[in-house]
Amino acid sequence: MRRITSALFLVGLAVLVAAVYQQMNLLVTPLAGDAINASAGQQVGAGNIVTAVVLAFRGFDTLLELTILFTAATVGGLVLGKPRADAPRDPDAGFILQAGADLFFPLLLVVGLYIILHGHLTPGGGFQGGVVLAAAFFIPVLARPGTTLDHHAVSLIEGLAGAAFILIGLLAMLGGEVFLTPLLDKGELGALFSAGTLPLLYLAVGLKVGAELAGLLAQLAATEATD
Amino acid sequence: MDLTLIFYVAAVGLMLIGSAGIVLSSHLLRIIFGIALLETGANLLLLLATYREGAAAPIWVNGKFPLAMADPVPQALVLTAIVISVGILAVTLSLALRVHRAYGTLDIRDIRQRMEQDIADAAGIDMPGSSEAPLPVYSSAESGS
Repeated sequence: MRRITSALFLVGLAVLVAAVYQQMNLLVTPLAGDAINASAGQQVGAGNIVTAVVLAFRGFDTLLELTILFTAATVGGLVLGKPRADAPRDPDAGFILQAGADLFFPLLLVVGLYIILHGHLTPGGGFQGGVVLAAAFFIPVLARPGTTLDHHAVSLIEGLAGAAFILIGLLAMLGGEVFLTPLLDKGELGALFSAGTLPLLYLAVGLKVGAELAGLLAQLAATEATD
Repeated sequence: MDLTLIFYVAAVGLMLIGSAGIVLSSHLLRIIFGIALLETGANLLLLLATYREGAAAPIWVNGKFPLAMADPVPQALVLTAIVISVGILAVTLSLALRVHRAYGTLDIRDIRQRMEQDIADAAGIDMPGSSEAPLPVYSSAESGS
């Protein structure tokens, strides 16, 4: 009975999607993105226009996005609760994972920071690089479960990065601008030091995302079910 | 066959597979994977909504922007959506972990049974029967009179 109702639901959903697809006016022109593409290079000074949209045109939205991630990490920590009592006595992983963790830690650190710092020039940015940074700090925990992450340091980095993002936004308000308006010199398009405060904002985003995810993954690993 | 059409079919197909996983499976982990697949399909559909043949990524390369550039707005939107789906995945997985610790199973039928039992025990009443169970059979002495 349940299978039949579920199959009926799926058929109805497929028909609905097909109907929406039929009625959808694909590619309305002119797109809002075309106007942004035409002007963002001069207006913001970022070589990567997606970054210009994420941090300059809708920076406030990105702040709320960070809030969602923070809430998810907090809820995860609340739900998981205390780690297992025997978590610090977990045996170390095999030789391959241990050697791989040692080998990959500096590599992932460099790649993650590169992706974050070049977020306004090349594909990538704070969120993507932050995930790589989180992996850099989580793989050693997987290899040696006895050595846990320093949760105080992680939450300190996370809080400071979040505060830095908001502070940069508030600094713009001191000058009479709107919250999170890009400040500083736009510089030369395509140069590493360009696009004003956008790289600083993405650095804050990257550190916050990295610290949050690393803390969450370490907590998941320490509280995982025994069987 | 048009390449764009293939991507559209893939996006809608991913969403359908995800919905099927959510609706049809009774294992909590598979339901979570279904949610993740559904999100992936929705993201692909969002990106495809403004896809144009031959448009390059809107990124400064070799001293100039490409002539035809893809729309950056849905790309930024999908970046947000991916981050939110990571948050959803983290919260649902930790909830599933908690459920497994409490009940020792991830089968939603077992979990529902155990939860109803717990609620009935806490309220001090009998376990409510299933709505699909056959009616209770009365003894012949009662029905005969």
